[in-house]
Amino acid sequence: MSSTLIAEQLLNGLQFGLMLFLIAAGLTLVFGILDILNVAHGSLYMAGAYVAAQTMQWTGSLLASIVVAAVVTGVVGLVIELVLIRKLVVRDHLAQVLGTFAIILIANDLVKMLWGPAPMMMNMPASLSGPVRLLPDLLYPAYRLLIIAVGLALALGLYLFVTRTRAGVLVRAGASNRQMATLMGVRVPLLFLGVFVLGAVLAAIAGALLGPVTAVQAGMGEQILILVLVCIVIGGIGSMRGAFVGALLVGFVDTAGRAFLPTLLKTFLSPAVASSVGPTLAAISIYLLMAVVLVFRPAGLFPARG
Amino acid sequence: MKKSSLTGALVLALLLAFPLVAPALDLGFYVSFVRRVLIFALAASSLNLILGYGGMVALGHAAFFGAGAYVVAMLSVEGLSNALIAWPLALLVTALLALFVGLVSLRTRGVYFIMITLAFAQMVYYIFISLRKYGGEDGVNLSSHSKLPWLELSNENTFYYVVLVIVLASLWLMNRFVQARFGQALQGIRENEARMEALGYPVMRLKLLAFVLAACFAALAGVLLANHNLFVSPSLMHWTESANLIIMVIVGGMGLKYGGLVGAAVMLSLEEFLRLYTDYWHMPLGALLLAIVLLAPHGLAGLWNSAVKKKEAVK
Repeated sequence: MSSTLIAEQLLNGLQFGLMLFLIAAGLTLVFGILDILNVAHGSLYMAGAYVAAQTMQWTGSLLASIVVAAVVTGVVGLVIELVLIRKLVVRDHLAQVLGTFAIILIANDLVKMLWGPAPMMMNMPASLSGPVRLLPDLLYPAYRLLIIAVGLALALGLYLFVTRTRAGVLVRAGASNRQMATLMGVRVPLLFLGVFVLGAVLAAIAGALLGPVTAVQAGMGEQILILVLVCIVIGGIGSMRGAFVGALLVGFVDTAGRAFLPTLLKTFLSPAVASSVGPTLAAISIYLLMAVVLVFRPAGLFPARG
Repeated sequence: MKKSSLTGALVLALLLAFPLVAPALDLGFYVSFVRRVLIFALAASSLNLILGYGGMVALGHAAFFGAGAYVVAMLSVEGLSNALIAWPLALLVTALLALFVGLVSLRTRGVYFIMITLAFAQMVYYIFISLRKYGGEDGVNLSSHSKLPWLELSNENTFYYVVLVIVLASLWLMNRFVQARFGQALQGIRENEARMEALGYPVMRLKLLAFVLAACFAALAGVLLANHNLFVSPSLMHWTESANLIIMVIVGGMGLKYGGLVGAAVMLSLEEFLRLYTDYWHMPLGALLLAIVLLAPHGLAGLWNSAVKKKEAVK
């Protein structure tokens, strides 16, 4: 195994982890502050990807795609919060799962009606489609580097927002003790709305960025949702730091598992066994990780409350 | 006669007579559909046992459902079709699986319990995908129906009645469990776990027992479904299938005697009906779910119950 390959896979893991974090940040905030398990969060990611792909077809500009996706999905999030989430806040987790699952059903059919059942292609800008020479013998796709850069910038921005701004203080207050925050005079409905829209915008940006490297199709939200849930559960639900650590862990473990496990197993198992066990083990590795974390830390690595 | 038992008797009579009168009414196609509803009713009711009565929100129940189906299918591929051996074996394997999953996941609470049951179900899902000998991701066909003494399951109507008897007996049995001391204690745990612990109930053991029992009934439903479709695939165990079962229970009414039955019947009928008119049948289904969540917090069976109560109060 060459060091180039390892470096490349590390970058892949970082890229995947950062995108997971963008989606996980919104989900964990919504959970931490609104106390709502929003399984439709993946649908917002899907909405972002579709809107971005459509804008890309019209304008050919990646920046425009990301901005339009963020704005449109932000508005969608605003409507969902006002119409549904607001009413679900006072209900139990089960009603919340059911209510937001209904959104998934509706959203998936809606995109199929608007854009057809076939996956949609989102082209990446020609200037970014080539590779970049990072080291003498390490070539890496420019577009993936861009994803990493934007992901890091947004993560940093989010960190500064949460730790350095007044709105961020309110968000943290709401996450650590909602009732106390209410009593201290935080305008909770407005805070809820802001957090939900922020989550929608972040998910949409992730969808827009990943659009060119994945298939934009109905159901893409549920696939990523499960991974994102795993991230925030590992990190401790409601904790931003936890979401970040969890997302990077899942990104690295998943990428490394797929890239190295099959070859690694071949060194001490017969090729036939290794080639059938390897991919399975890689696929279940993140769930295994989560189960192990929960056995030893039943509230995740960075419990947000209590 | 009380109104609710009258309704029950009516439904039972309809279910018993259906395969006999269906061909005359040109509804023969629906015999198989009703059979599927009954099988899913059993699966949803088994989930209701832990979700509704035990307060354990397990998002991995489809794994047990699928495990039961897979054991029968795998044995059938290996040439063992004797139901008297294959079916108990399917239940046993699933019970052991549930025992392990339960031992680990019941240590966690709330959302973390939801997630860890999901994690185990996903692991089982991927393990079955990797079994290339049994079709991998594509699934595998059963070589034949399971063989029961004296009964021929390949006969549509015979199989229907076998399913009906098994499902009704299981529902009755689960209802007995709920009314027994065990079930009462389970509901006590749902309401206040610390208090039940303080009263000296072996909380963990009771929850584990309920978890394993529910898994066994789910496996039984899986066994029947494998025979119904003569085909199994890992998609049976996908997490959305677990979510579907939860939806059936919530729509039917959590912790209500016929919640699973009502939920399965309503959801599957809606799906069947909407499919006739549109490819986009998920959307009205979603709208309906929203309506149920917002307007009928206790599910349809709960709505019915309160309507009956209101009527009786008027009298």
